Amino acid sequence: MQRKTWHLIPMALLALSAGMAGATSAPEQLAALSAQAAAPADAARGQRLFTSKHGAEWSCSSCHGALPTQAGRHASTGKPIAPLAPAFNPERFGDAAKSEKWFRRNCKDVLGRECSAGEKADVLAWLITLKP
Amino acid sequence: MNMKSLAMLLTAALLPVAAARADGERLRPATANASYQQECGSCHLAYPPALLPAASWQRISAGLGRHYGSDASLDPATTQTLTRWLLLNAGTGKRARETPPEDRITRAAWFQRKHDELPAGVWQRPAIKSPANCAACHTGAEQGDFSEHRVRVPR
Repeated sequence: MQRKTWHLIPMALLALSAGMAGATSAPEQLAALSAQAAAPADAARGQRLFTSKHGAEWSCSSCHGALPTQAGRHASTGKPIAPLAPAFNPERFGDAAKSEKWFRRNCKDVLGRECSAGEKADVLAWLITLKP
Repeated sequence: MNMKSLAMLLTAALLPVAAARADGERLRPATANASYQQECGSCHLAYPPALLPAASWQRISAGLGRHYGSDASLDPATTQTLTRWLLLNAGTGKRARETPPEDRITRAAWFQRKHDELPAGVWQRPAIKSPANCAACHTGAEQGDFSEHRVRVPR
């Protein structure tokens, strides 16, 4: 009994870390989102999604700037927002749960719905291409 | 770090606190809750909970999915923890006597009175943008220090 359950622990830990979304990186999150979408990400499509208004008041750029390599400002409160592109801000995309939370909220603000895994992968693929 | 620079650092760190306390404009706890800072301080200043009465915080916490034009929803556990903290630290003094329209700090009578000497159009300046952007002028806002000594209105 003891011997049988022992080997399950590493697998359980792996599942737990994947499911609970602890420390990760932008490329890892991109890989996970692309796998979920079952399609390769397209950075150009991600840039279009990011910079377009989708029939409502705001685009992602409204707060993050058209090129999120520098600080943006919140469209209604004016509060500065640190750069979003991970090469310009190492704190970005270090925690998958946090990324999911912000994608969920901000896609609802911009598109009026949640984004698909494919759309999130596209945006992240574009953000990763932005280099100093 | 040598002793002299350490002493200078400590003095620099402690002086504003003393000055701010003297005129009673330091509000606590503004930065006392890391979760509040993280969850509520990304889009706007993590407003000191004492600036709104409990009834306002209760309504705001219950409606985070439609939060002044944005989706600010949180998972139920975080919402519950933060709500409890906000209610515990909500305003109790003279500011809490009224529930401001739309539960907006900036619509409260005391807020408007405090800002009534500002020139017209000040909120529209590019560096300010909104009366919700406390830190644009209140340089100590992040530390809960709204003392007039630390106000710098950008041109």
